[in-house]
Amino acid sequence: MNSLRRVLGSNVRQYGMVLALAAIVLFFQYRTDGVLLKPLNVSNLLTQNSYILILAIGMVMVIISRHIDLSVGSVAAFVGAVAAIMMTKWDVPWFLAVVLCLALGALIGAWHGFWVAYVGIPAFIVTLASMLIFRGLTLTVLNGETVADLPKNFEAMGNGFLPEVGPDTGLHNLTMLIGAAVSLLVVWIEFRRRASATRYSFDVAPRPLFLAKVVLEVAVIMYFVYVLAQYRGLPVVAVILFALVGLYTFLMSRTVVGRQIYAVGGNVDAATMSGVRTRRIDFLVLTNMGMLAALAGMVFAARLTAANPKAGQNFELDAIAAAFIGGAAVTGGVGTVVGAIIGGFVMGVLNNGMSLLGVGIDWQQTIKGLVLLAAVAFDVWNKKRTAVGGGAGVEATAEVAPPPPPELEQAVSVSEARSSV
Amino acid sequence: MTDALLEMRSITKEFPGVRALTDVNLAVQRGEIHAICGENGAGKSTLMKVLSGVHPHGSYRGSIVYDGSEVAFRDIRQSEAAGIVIIHQELALIPELSIAENIFLGNENARTGVIDWNATHHRAMGLLARVGLHENPLTPVKHLGIGKQQLVEIAKALGKDVRLLILDEPTAALNDDDSQHLLALLKELQDRGITSIMISHKLNEIEQIADRITILRDGRTIETLDVTRGDVDEDRIIRGMVGRDLEHRFPDHVSHVGEVLLEVEDWTVMHPQDHARTVIDKANLTVRAGEIVGIAGLMGAGRTELARSIFGHSYGSRIEGTLRLEGKALALKSVADAIGAGLAYVSEDRKSLGLNLLDDIKASISSAKLSKVVSGLTVDEHKEVVVAEGYRKSLNIKATSVATNVRKLSGGNQQKVVLSKWMFTDPKVLILDEPTRGIDVGAKFEIYGIIQQLADQGCGVVVISSELPELIGLCDRIYTLAEGRITHEFSRADASQEALMRHMTTTTR
Repeated sequence: MNSLRRVLGSNVRQYGMVLALAAIVLFFQYRTDGVLLKPLNVSNLLTQNSYILILAIGMVMVIISRHIDLSVGSVAAFVGAVAAIMMTKWDVPWFLAVVLCLALGALIGAWHGFWVAYVGIPAFIVTLASMLIFRGLTLTVLNGETVADLPKNFEAMGNGFLPEVGPDTGLHNLTMLIGAAVSLLVVWIEFRRRASATRYSFDVAPRPLFLAKVVLEVAVIMYFVYVLAQYRGLPVVAVILFALVGLYTFLMSRTVVGRQIYAVGGNVDAATMSGVRTRRIDFLVLTNMGMLAALAGMVFAARLTAANPKAGQNFELDAIAAAFIGGAAVTGGVGTVVGAIIGGFVMGVLNNGMSLLGVGIDWQQTIKGLVLLAAVAFDVWNKKRTAVGGGAGVEATAEVAPPPPPELEQAVSVSEARSSV
Repeated sequence: MTDALLEMRSITKEFPGVRALTDVNLAVQRGEIHAICGENGAGKSTLMKVLSGVHPHGSYRGSIVYDGSEVAFRDIRQSEAAGIVIIHQELALIPELSIAENIFLGNENARTGVIDWNATHHRAMGLLARVGLHENPLTPVKHLGIGKQQLVEIAKALGKDVRLLILDEPTAALNDDDSQHLLALLKELQDRGITSIMISHKLNEIEQIADRITILRDGRTIETLDVTRGDVDEDRIIRGMVGRDLEHRFPDHVSHVGEVLLEVEDWTVMHPQDHARTVIDKANLTVRAGEIVGIAGLMGAGRTELARSIFGHSYGSRIEGTLRLEGKALALKSVADAIGAGLAYVSEDRKSLGLNLLDDIKASISSAKLSKVVSGLTVDEHKEVVVAEGYRKSLNIKATSVATNVRKLSGGNQQKVVLSKWMFTDPKVLILDEPTRGIDVGAKFEIYGIIQQLADQGCGVVVISSELPELIGLCDRIYTLAEGRITHEFSRADASQEALMRHMTTTTR
């Protein structure tokens, strides 16, 4: 129990966010008489928020590396417009258009990266300029008009579902199968990590606790796919989104590049003096953001079945808010991909729930603003609470306090907690 | 002299789960300079925070009697109103504002919120004259050197009609000249009736200036020494601080010097912005395996610049000269190249260059050579823990676990983490820039031991230090550096503080 408390204690922010999300979900579930978690609505929640969540993944990385990207809304609109023109006016096959547009997004990101990393202009300025530039270019390439009639396959990226396979079971078979596969993967990863910890003879969580955790994880996944399978199954965009979450979580928490991004954000000078090529990291992070903005732009165009000169307005603010609600720090070095996704869902569920209740758009804005402020205020308060008094007196305490006997326990449980979210 | 200005009686201060001060007593006489000594973490700063109201009345136990009556400060404003002003180690000046604006920050010469600039400048000039700083009060503070900024801080305190001035490590960042000037100023203020409390690690300065010394250890008062009686010297103070006799401040050691490892020839470095300014001028030096080589130089001599330019050109421009490691010429273009070649550099400034304060111990240790804990595509966090545990035990890093955040460690333990980080890169040559700055005596001794152990394992060690006794005690050879030139090379036997200082202050052209 002691170890459990320590794990919770060290991840208050992360768990706090999950609990807050759960509380919000339960609140609206109750107030809407169960409409919120109806299969159709859950499906909508995913597709409605998908492009913001895709942006939030890139944005949290940008914020961790102590920058900001204000241009993502404009870039998304621009790339969406270019994709639409490629496919409708130039007859480029949809798949090729997607690949080319991702490359275009990466190129735009690299343009930002060049100015920020190699010239040394703050990202705030560079991307503020791009926000104007690409909004303007969007109007130019679209001639101020909406371009529709996109290929069906392309539109599926925004509002399609995985195909039906197999016998009619009343559920969406493929979705259930994917859920089962992901569950197996989670179980495998959990056991592998436990085995590795045991091999290094670290203390691990007691077996019943460990099993309870795995069962809970599998239950959450299976319930989620079950809900979706009752409607039309997994939306295509959800598959894209979850794949990205998995990929980028892995990248940020387990790879050298991820470590270096946190290092650059935490203390760029120390990172430089430790051999990290910090400019390259800044460049890569912003390039990646450009690519994800391009993807978000295409998903949005696909969902609206048209490219629109006004697309993507305020996307950057939603993505930034998601990252901060999810625990990223303005000063850099702190934040997680999963946190940003949770932050995005907090905003999404608030939007959706309030719309279901018939709350006007005016009040929705106000309430979302207050939630953002409250989340960050909680963070600051929590940091103060845990920072004790500060100064030399506290430093001493680490030395005079008797070391608790299971010395490795905390280390292991923290790393476990981090990898399991 | 039994006229006490301040008496702090059995002060006990607890933080959640920890007791920082236990029954601490401090009595400061009117008009004296009272030094507080203690290892890092002994509770000196906490005690001063209690006094100045940073830790408000009610958050500690015990009583404070100031100028004859018991006081209960709830914040800094109240303590300042009573004439107690604290000058922190990190200066609290605003670089973009002028000297005058800084002096009267929070204490403006204003009537109904409108500042009277003429009065401000006039009074600022008077205060600057009192601290002996001849600068235009309109000059932005950022144009002043650190020594002059310190004087502005004192002028600011005088502007608040200070009666009890508290200085936390006032000379830590100053060179010798500026330090002497500051100490002389404190003496002068003393003559005008201002009482001072000074926290310092520099025992020679304390011996020179203090009337009495209170020693804290592990949050308790150990003793108060009367310097004026004349039987107090550095060793006596150290004995009180560490609670043991430090017969030898350096571990016994005999170096086994081997082949030449690092050769630096005609190394010339220009200033990074001003390409015409020579920072290092044709420096030549060699480091052998198993040897500890010292570099002595005054501030501004180019010690750090020399080290960082060697370490993957991380400082300077238009770098010329040759660098050879084990006889092979090196062309290092980046820090990553330097680490790959087997160089390591422990920076002077732990917090800004050495550590990411958001990291825990294990991530800090692996950060300069992550490739050693990578398996496949991923960082093996379990392996990382094993590595960090190894260093925690062998270097005696005092922390509850390797998942402890490095921010929570004391200076000495942070430095051990930085040393671990660079030992983990398997360096052939390790350059240490001020390895014991801001570290208490006990930890210093341990760090000397680690340095010697590294040398015994065949590593070539370069130690840059401002403390000459440290260089003489530790090094096999010492180079002196002045104005970017190597001016002399001493063997251990020839080195004395006087001789070193002579070559640090004169350039032979």
